[in-house]
Parts: sequence; structure tokens; C-alpha cells
Amino acid sequence: MLSRVAERMYWFGRYMERIENTARLISVNTNLVLDLPRVKHIWSSLISITGYEENFSTRFSNQDERNVIKFLLTDERCSIMSSVRLARENARTTREIMPREAWVKINKLYLHLEKNLPKALKREGRHQLLSEIVSYCQELNGYLYSCMSVNEAYNFMRIGTNLERADMTSRILDVGCLNLLNTEYPEIREYENILWMNVLMSLTAYQMYRQHVDDAINGEDVAEFLLKDEKFPKAVAHCLADINESFTLLPNPDEPLRAVTHAQRVIRGCDVPHLLSSEELHGFIDEVQADLGGIHNQLSGAWFDFTSSP
Amino acid sequence: MELKNYHATSNAWDELLTDKLRARRGLRDITTFLRKSSLKDLNQRRYDAELAIRSMGITFTVYSDGSNIDREWPFDIIPRTILNKEWQTIEKGLKQRLTALNLFIADVYNDQKIIKDKVVPKDILASSRDYRSFCEGMTPVYGVWAHICGTDLIRDDDGAVYVLEDNLRVPSGVSYMLENRNISKRVLPELFENYNVLPMDNYPSQLLETLSSISPRPKDFPEVVVLTPGIFNSAYFEHSFLAQRMGAELVEGSDLVVGDDDCVYMKTVDGLSRVDVIYRRIDDLFLDPEVFNKDSVLGVPGLMRAWKSGNVALANAPGSGVADDKVVYTYVPDMIRYYLSEEPILPNVPSFLCSDKIQRQHVLSNMENLVVKPANESGGYGMYIGPRESKRRTAEMKRLIKANPRNYIAQPIINLSTVPTLCDNAIEPRHVDLRPFILQGDRSYVTAGGLTRVALVKGSLMVNSSQGGGSKDTWIIEPLSKREKT
Repeated sequence: MLSRVAERMYWFGRYMERIENTARLISVNTNLVLDLPRVKHIWSSLISITGYEENFSTRFSNQDERNVIKFLLTDERCSIMSSVRLARENARTTREIMPREAWVKINKLYLHLEKNLPKALKREGRHQLLSEIVSYCQELNGYLYSCMSVNEAYNFMRIGTNLERADMTSRILDVGCLNLLNTEYPEIREYENILWMNVLMSLTAYQMYRQHVDDAINGEDVAEFLLKDEKFPKAVAHCLADINESFTLLPNPDEPLRAVTHAQRVIRGCDVPHLLSSEELHGFIDEVQADLGGIHNQLSGAWFDFTSSP
Repeated sequence: MELKNYHATSNAWDELLTDKLRARRGLRDITTFLRKSSLKDLNQRRYDAELAIRSMGITFTVYSDGSNIDREWPFDIIPRTILNKEWQTIEKGLKQRLTALNLFIADVYNDQKIIKDKVVPKDILASSRDYRSFCEGMTPVYGVWAHICGTDLIRDDDGAVYVLEDNLRVPSGVSYMLENRNISKRVLPELFENYNVLPMDNYPSQLLETLSSISPRPKDFPEVVVLTPGIFNSAYFEHSFLAQRMGAELVEGSDLVVGDDDCVYMKTVDGLSRVDVIYRRIDDLFLDPEVFNKDSVLGVPGLMRAWKSGNVALANAPGSGVADDKVVYTYVPDMIRYYLSEEPILPNVPSFLCSDKIQRQHVLSNMENLVVKPANESGGYGMYIGPRESKRRTAEMKRLIKANPRNYIAQPIINLSTVPTLCDNAIEPRHVDLRPFILQGDRSYVTAGGLTRVALVKGSLMVNSSQGGGSKDTWIIEPLSKREKT
């Protein structure tokens, strides 16, 4: 398969995952605000999760609901709309690889959002549109899962999906901790339980967590679950294992494999209770993010930026 | 829908209705359908078609349209029909024509017999924009240079079919032809029940077959790729469509590299992988910066070297455009007689060569009744249509012809035939042409029908999509016998 096409499939996987994650994130936090009307920094935490603080501050000074939602939905570079546009562009240039329905689906999502996105700026129309976005993404996943051969193209897409997913899980976990450590609002500790529940719900992890952990919801178990669980699809360890498997199906995977097994060892070896009690979780997640970046660099080097002569 | 005022706006030959508003032979079910349908019903079907086009992302690009790189494909739901009996003759004529054109290209790059025998004058090669001296001495597999040809056909007032031009460089439109059929099956399913409409969807397999047959390595499954200039090209949709349907890689110039062994490789996740056949959708001059346009970033350095060494096949072969020239066009009937010793089955539109002094005089003094075309343009660019041009433009055109007579031909105005078309509130006649696609490799193939382009503006003869044209599905019909109709 062509390196250029492989790269586009990889990014297609990443953007599709990003679209769905962002939609869920906004949706869950819109609900949270109703529970915690006195906590003001919920909206700004969405900007920290996405890591777009700089881009945001060039457009807006105030991190209030209106601005944050507008930014995450419509910004030219950092929003759901921009991800949809890029996913569609990647799908268009790989249309000969992807099942036809998949292209039609992403194209429809684009046309739908182009017309209806403003509805989600206000709370009353938001839930409806965001859940439509999620179901578009899920239908697309379904088409790909059931109609596409598990070939190289599929594997590159799957790697993109999993890397993006691991990235988002670690970010959401990170911001969950930062919220609790926020010294401006010491009263937030009262809501610790609700906040951790919110972290789980942002990742649609609540139900699976409940089945997995008997104890009441607490930071230690949530962090442990989201980092180390091997079975939950959004847990970092699961994503990494999936990436590892995809790598082994591709030609000459040594360097990328080295990078992913390193990250797997780091996750497996971490002591979550200690990280939480010593307030080192944030620093640890930075390290995990750097490892994910390292995996991206290694796979680009091995399969995309390929240069050699016959 | 009423059809009784149908002929009020046009006196051209209509493909569906006679002068007396009766259905042409074999086509009565279509006129009955149109008469029975309400405007609301037809508009609903049109809406369904537009929706399908939008969601399937069937688009084309107009270069002048700023940042909007994909516009939806304009489509009229009422099909254009031709009876199979007539089509059989047209098909033979098209094969005959492409066979002769390929013999001509092979000849001009080798012995130039046709010039030595004074059938075609020598100076038309010297002045041809698409003659590539680089190709001299080459003989591609089967002696075929132009493997894919799109020939534009038109029908005049008398009902006769003429060849308007042959597109031998990188003809496009075939994907729209196939998509049009998909859409009309969706929106007019009941009409298909009453007819035997010849299927056309085997074109991609035929194309793959043709391309595979010219592989320099006679293997079962040669590596065939489609070379596209990229997403900003007007026909990008088609490039990806054909690659998808053939199961071939869609490559850009930067995906390919020519090795020291003069073979072409593509950059894959496995490393470099040899390419046998390139269906290139890039113009000659951009193919290889080592030989042609030095600044081209679309092409592949060394590609011509690989082609000349016989390590890769290019379709169409570089230099094929020499037969796509509108001056060369005027000699095609002579070529058919010369190479095949046959009479041409399909006539040319009568043409005047501005390079000839007497014919030029005739053109210059009858400008208002003629269409003047530059020899090397396509897509309707640079065309002059006598009756509707200003005095200023006429003077300008005369000056251009005098300055470079070789670059122009003139033709009488042909009143293109019409087909009923769903307009705002009525069914009205609109002018059409037809572009069938002809393949030639180890054997020949003609699409069952082709792309019918329709001038959507009342009275207009400009069918090009870049000039406000739309398209229709084209039905080659084998009428069912009474017994088959249930």
C-alpha cells in the first residue's frame, strides 16, 4: 500500500476518533454544569483537555460557555467542524481504498454539520446535534468494521484511532486531577465523587467501570481503570495493546514496536495510589503523552516518510 | 405534463419526439410516462436525484470557482435514448476511427508513410502543439498509442450523426456516465422495466483488462496504477472513482520514483514496489520534468526514460495528442481510407482549414455563420460562435486567424439535436451531444452509450460542464417484443 495513502488512513482514524470524543466531552460537561452551577472553571477545563489554550486565547479572552462551545464546534483549526473537514478530505483522497458507504457517511456528516452546527451553540439544541454526531461516527465505524478487509489500510486507520483514543483518555484523566487540585475553588473537593463520575462518563466508561469495580467511585480506582485496564477499549493499556497488535501485522515494524512496548511497560509499572497521594499523576501523564508522541514519530518514520532508492 | 408546446422554442431534431409530437419508434413508454407524470412528481424525482448526488459526493471542479473545489454534478433526470440498431453502426464507426487514429500516430512517429504519400501535408506535424519528437521511433505494445479515447458525437437537423472531435489526450467523463446510470436507476426504476437498456457498468473491468494487456511484463496481474495530478484537478473525482472500481492504486507523482534500472516504483509501506502500467491523467508536458516542463511537480523525473526503455506502459502513450489536433481531425476520413481501405462509417462535421488560403478567405468573409475553434483547446475554451459574438470579438478573431492560420479551423453551425429536459415549470427541448468512450489494447471496446451532455440554458449550444452544461443518462435501447412486455 502507498505510504501516502497509509498516512491518510492513519489521520482519518485519528480525526474520526477526535470528532466523537469531542462531541461526547461537550455533551457530558453540558450536563455537569447543571449539577455544579457554582463551579466556574468547567468550561475552561475543556480547553485544557484539548490542549488548544494558545489557539483559544488568540480568538477569545473569556473562557465562558459561549466562547468555549463556539471554539470547540466551529474553530477553523481546532474544532469538531475542522476535524470533520479534515477527515472528509482524507477520506476523499483515499476513496478508492475505503468502502463506498463509508465515504458517503462522512460526506453526509459534513453536509449535515455545515447546515446544522449553529443549533448546538445553545444548550437546548446541543444534546440532539451532539448525539447525532456520535451516531454518525458509530455508523461509520460499523461500516468499516463489517465491510472492510482487515488489511494494511484498515490497520493504519485502527492505529490512528487507538493512538488518538489513548491520548484523549490520558488528557481527560489529567484534567480530572487538575480540577480537584484547583486551589481557587477548594469547595470542589465536596464534589469529588461527581467529578470522577464525570471523567468516566466523558469516556463512556461509567458502566464498564461499575461492572469492573465494586467499590464506590474514587480517584484511585478510576485512574487505575482508565490507565491499566486491558479489556476496556478506551483504557490506555488496551489502546496500546491494540496498537502493538496492528504493528505486528505491518512490514518492518521493529522501531515502532520498540516505542509501543516501552509505553506499555511504563503504564503497567506505574503505582497509581502513590502517584495520586504524592500529586505526581499530572507529571506522569505528561510522560505518557510524550510516549504517545514517540510512537507517532516512530511509525511515521517507518512507514510514511519513507525515502530510499531501489 | 403537457407536451403540446414542446416544439415552440426549438426547431432542432429531437431525440424523443417527432415534429408531430409523437414518440419516435420504440420509445413510446417514455413519452407516456412524461405525459402521465405531474410536475410535482417529476420535481420530487429531481430532488431525489440531487440528494443522491450530494450525499454520494459526485462532484467536479470549475477552476474559476475560487476555493470551492467541488461542485455537485448537474444532472437531468429524463434519459437520452438511442435504439440499439442505430448504436451498432455507431459503435463500428467508433472502432474504425480509433483503429485508424492509432495507425496514424504509429506512422507519424516512425516511417511517416502517410506524409510521403501526400495524404496528409508535412507541415501539420511541424506546427502541431502535441507532436513530441521525443517519441520518434517508439512502438508501444500492439502498436497502440491511444488506449482510451472519448469521441464527441452530435446529431444535426437531418438526424445524421457526425463526429465533432476525438479526445485522445486525457478524456474525462466516464465516471459521470456510470454514476448517471446509478442515479436514474434510483429515481426512475419503473421505466427500466419496460425496456431492455444495455448495461454499461462493466467499463471499469474493460478498462483494467485493456490496461493489463499492455503490461511490459506479461504476468497475470500486472501492477496498474492511476496517476492523478491531485485533488485540485477538475477530474479528481473520476480518477479516484476509476482507481476504486479497478482496484488499482491511485498515485500522485510524488508516490513514484524511477530507479537506476529505469523501472518505475511506487513508495509503499513495504518499501519500493514495481509498477507496470500507468493510466496517467496528467498532460504530456507535466509527465517528466527531465524531458518536458522542467518546473512540473506533478510528474515523475525519469518517467520518459522508463517508458522508452519499455519498462513501463503509459496510457495514453505520450505524443498521442498529435491526433487530437483539430486540424488533424479534418484528415481522419482520409486516414481511414488510407490505412484501412474502408469508407468512413461516421462522417466528420464539414470543416474549413484556415491554413488554406481559399478556405481562409471563405471563413473570414462568413464569420457570422461559422464556429471557429482553436486547434488545440478543449472544454470549449477559446471557441468563437459566429451568430452571437460582438463586432469587436469578430474583429479580434479575424486578427487571430490571420496571425496564426494553422491554429484555427471553422465549421458551419450545427444545430445540435435536443432531448426533453425538466426545466423550471415545463419539459422543454435542450441541446445535447454524446461522448462515448472507446478502448483499444489487444482488442477494442465501446461503452454502451456514453456521457450525454446537455446545454441547460435555453437555446444554448454549449454543453461543457465548465460552460453551464449538465448531463443525462444515456440509454441504448433494445425494444422488448410484445411477449416480453408483461
